[in-house]
Amino acid sequence: MSRRSKPRPVFFNLTQIQIPVGALTSITHRVTGIVLALGIPFGFYALHLSLASAQSYERLTQMANTGLFKAALILFIWALSHHLLAGVRHLLMDIGVGSHLAAARRSAWSVNVGGFLMALLAAGVVL
Amino acid sequence: MQRLSAVFMLGFIVFVLVHFLIDPPHSYEAWRGWVGSTGVSVAAVLFVVALLSHAWVGLRDVTLDYVAPLAARITTLSLIAAALLAVGAWAVRILLLGRG
Repeated sequence: MSRRSKPRPVFFNLTQIQIPVGALTSITHRVTGIVLALGIPFGFYALHLSLASAQSYERLTQMANTGLFKAALILFIWALSHHLLAGVRHLLMDIGVGSHLAAARRSAWSVNVGGFLMALLAAGVVL
Repeated sequence: MQRLSAVFMLGFIVFVLVHFLIDPPHSYEAWRGWVGSTGVSVAAVLFVVALLSHAWVGLRDVTLDYVAPLAARITTLSLIAAALLAVGAWAVRILLLGRG
């Protein structure tokens, strides 16, 4: 029973390891969740600036014109889009829609591509 | 819980996006007036509650998956809980002051 009795094979040729598309969607859902959680204080700070006074509102609109802000915004929109689409995919699977492998793989592709397209759309609007 | 908060947030996000497409606020006064209206304020506070409880469940699951030692778990979860509560109090304050 000891785990050490039988050394497990080590396979570390990264170019040959295949990640199923569903696994990619799943881990990205998790990573984007963490990214979005880390973004909460920044979002609330922006909300604060937008509401506190006319001057701070003005400052926020100036900040919004910087490259760093735009890059962060595009990253945020990608993370939110991916997380949201992957979440809707889970909800649909909960009620039995698309939980078979072929459909699940198709929807996983749609989520990954859809998140990316939303980021492109955001980049088009922001830049 | 995770699903309920997700569905509420999805609805709120769609509502805000639609408002910005139909009638985007172009000035500080218009923006503040819209956020400060009773319906939007109540929905926004509910959104903050949904967001933070959603973040709590997600970050708790991630912590339990990757942080094994009990002491480290307790420390990590306490820090996350404290941060979320602090940030939540701040957000409610921002929204309430926005009404004044």
